[in-house]
Amino acid sequence: MTGTTTTTTTTATTAATATFGAVGAAHTRVEGVAKVTGAARYAGEVPYPELAHGWLVLSTVARGRIRAVESAPVLAMPGVVAVLHHENAPRLNGDYTNAFGVPDPIAQIFQHDRVPFVGWPVALVVAETPEQAREAAEALVVEYDEEPHDVVFAAGLPGVYAPESAPAAQKGDLEVELAASAVVVDAEYSTPEEHHNPMEPHAAIARWDGGRLEVVDSNQGSRFVADELAKLFSLDPQSVRVRSEHVGGGFGSKGTRPHSVAAAMAATVLQRPVRVVLTRRQMFSLVGYRSPTAQRVRLGADADGRLRAFDHRAECLTSTVYEFVERAAEFGRAMYDSDAHYSQTRVVPLDVPTPSWMRAPGEAPGSFALESALDELAEKCGLDPIALRARNEPAVGPVSGLPFSGRNLLACFEEGASRFGWADRDPRPGVRREGRWLLGTGTAASTFPVLSAPSTAAVTAEPDGTFTVRITASDIGTGARTALTLIAADALEVAPERIRMRIADSDFGFAMIAGGSMGTRSWAWAIRVAADELRERLALGGGIPPEGITARSDTSQAVGALEQKERHSFGAQFAEVAVDVTSGEVRVRRMLGIFAAGRIVNPLTARGQFVGGMVWGLSMALHEEAHRDRASGGHVGADLAGYHFSAHADVPDIEADWVDDPDPGDPVGIKGIGEIGVVGAAAAIANAVWHATGVRHRNLPIRPDRVLLAGAGGDRDA
Amino acid sequence: MAPTTSSATTSTSSTITLHVNGEKYTLPVDHRTTLLDALRERLDLTGTKKGCDQGQCGACTVLLDGRRAVSCLQLAVAAEGREITTIEGVADGERLHPVQQAFLDLDGYQCGYCTPGQICSALAVIEEHAAGWPSAVTADVRPEAGVPQLTPEEIRERMSGNLCRCGAYVSIVQAVARAAQSSDTRSSDTRSSETKEAAA
Repeated sequence: MTGTTTTTTTTATTAATATFGAVGAAHTRVEGVAKVTGAARYAGEVPYPELAHGWLVLSTVARGRIRAVESAPVLAMPGVVAVLHHENAPRLNGDYTNAFGVPDPIAQIFQHDRVPFVGWPVALVVAETPEQAREAAEALVVEYDEEPHDVVFAAGLPGVYAPESAPAAQKGDLEVELAASAVVVDAEYSTPEEHHNPMEPHAAIARWDGGRLEVVDSNQGSRFVADELAKLFSLDPQSVRVRSEHVGGGFGSKGTRPHSVAAAMAATVLQRPVRVVLTRRQMFSLVGYRSPTAQRVRLGADADGRLRAFDHRAECLTSTVYEFVERAAEFGRAMYDSDAHYSQTRVVPLDVPTPSWMRAPGEAPGSFALESALDELAEKCGLDPIALRARNEPAVGPVSGLPFSGRNLLACFEEGASRFGWADRDPRPGVRREGRWLLGTGTAASTFPVLSAPSTAAVTAEPDGTFTVRITASDIGTGARTALTLIAADALEVAPERIRMRIADSDFGFAMIAGGSMGTRSWAWAIRVAADELRERLALGGGIPPEGITARSDTSQAVGALEQKERHSFGAQFAEVAVDVTSGEVRVRRMLGIFAAGRIVNPLTARGQFVGGMVWGLSMALHEEAHRDRASGGHVGADLAGYHFSAHADVPDIEADWVDDPDPGDPVGIKGIGEIGVVGAAAAIANAVWHATGVRHRNLPIRPDRVLLAGAGGDRDA
Repeated sequence: MAPTTSSATTSTSSTITLHVNGEKYTLPVDHRTTLLDALRERLDLTGTKKGCDQGQCGACTVLLDGRRAVSCLQLAVAAEGREITTIEGVADGERLHPVQQAFLDLDGYQCGYCTPGQICSALAVIEEHAAGWPSAVTADVRPEAGVPQLTPEEIRERMSGNLCRCGAYVSIVQAVARAAQSSDTRSSDTRSSETKEAAA
């Protein structure tokens, strides 16, 4: 990589005088003006001459074989240039692994006649205009030989099994400790199928240019997608370039998905640029979702609340073509000490689309069940829910025995309790009334693992005194582009205005995707290493040549050498709700989240990450639920009216803040903040609903009909 | 109305003239083309976003003759002769509109994809409120009650047609409130480019 061209041949290298300490101060987004003026171009918005428009056709049966794709009448329609399907599509190589192992075969489109679920891609219609492509796609007749299907998820189905990919954790003798416990909670919880629904539907434009496949795509990791496309199409990795400058949300759904494969396939067949954009409805079967869960939690404690037995078992579903496990039972493994521990997630394959990572995968549904059960235990023990958690703080990892790199959970509860006014809380349920509303408050704990993944970065000192950073990072709305700018500025000891942050181009080399709350931590690490080396080279003096001076980093070794510890972010969630038991309405009146999440790089955007996660928790608690029709095997209401997530009117003033969480032994000091806001938020709301009404709601979402049926008063379950 | 004399008019297409952000554009369009697609695909005004294409998310909100409308539910041929304002027409050259400035300063967005629609809706909300229009949460809707206060609750209700999956609602409401305050104290077409300190 060379520096940008300039007319200056040499400049002094002693640039670093100005502002350090960019990290920790609020900065508006570096791409902010582009976003508020509409100038920011997302993947489907880059114009190319001769652009053709692809429209996917999805299966309408849940199981069977394609008997015929009647493409002839469609090819005769105005503007239609191709119909690709399993009989004429180029062969793809499906025998490979990606960074996460064997890939979901959803990306291997049009390779056989089998249909494993409603919404499986069966054809791509390509036409000159979007209107022509859409009409032709809707007119395409596909005939199937149908087979019986089964899409209904419940606990204890015959096909459920314990996956090797998610082993159980075990310690002590669970049954003995349960029998010896003075107080036992044994309760079942469920969470429904939930969908990411980023506001920007998945879009890709693919074209061949100078012997390279160039793809502008909406994804969470351009190098990840480029490598996977190269493998699928058996291309030299150097001959594929993927870019994703602006991404309209991801939440785990934007990996290598059928839109980009279809665009690349059609561009290859037609030798012209092709765009494929998913419709909102298509997203419900093509981009993953959160599996429903059925969970059982058994907690046994002494009368003073000390845990003797901890048992969390979860079941989830997957498709018949790929195993994805929503690891809901693992949430508590680093949370609470107990004499005996058992936790395991099991999975059952059904004739449904393959689920995938969705913001706080495992932690979101798992924390709902466990943090609700803790509240039930506190009630039975006559303890304050925060005191119960304090009583069960572990000194080391409860299952692993490893030391914690830092554990500031109680600091979060202390700060949160003080700000929320928790000390004045009357613990009795169902006793506060304000007009038609019953009022209650609830709390729950959050945690999320702190992981890092190898990444590369290049930092160039330019002759004009600026610095260019190149890294295949991805900003899906997290503020990563801005955060990395601040990190680079501090590492180079210059003002942020002198940093040009270039991201989301697979040509910049391998780097972690925006996922697992690992992105900013992993990318910052690579940028700092490269910046440190660059500063050393600049310190040697001399001029900067026109192409600049570039230092590169690769953190593979350093990440691999990281000492094994229990590394986690923590948080305390608080919610106040109002419940009208005569209409079934639940309103969240306020929420507060206090987090211990390492060094906060940009308070302005970090607050948005935490609060946004808490909005997801609210949405999960009260609104979100996809409905699958048993007879057809497909969704009912697969759109943004049928699938409601929180809108403006649902969301009160939500406050998020953080406590100091230094980790001197950590090479980065930055922890992830993108997912922890979701964790525990739904439980805090459900616990508040119990406090308001006296009814435990163990099945999400807490819909008006569930509230109505449960009524109020007494110690009731719903 | 669509011109009837144009040679480009067929049973499936017409040549129309759209007035967008003060400019005139004459173009042949497929009769099926929505205003949203005409803006994005034909005029390269991609600031107006397509989130659902069926009127459920608000990402494609534009102003039609000063009132907000979801452009995915409007056919391009039906928008002829109307004044269309898109996000690209909101700023005054390099100077951001106070609503845009407030979104920027208060981080009223994350991924940015719903943002043009939120901003166009916010512009209309401020106008609708100033004109005395009540909302579902307005306590007293009698005309003599006057203009209701633009409380956070009022803003939330009035902005609820614009979904944000990142969950940036809290800062969006703050941004709309700040912009509404600033438009109270200025004439409505005064632009502000002042850089305010980013509020925490």
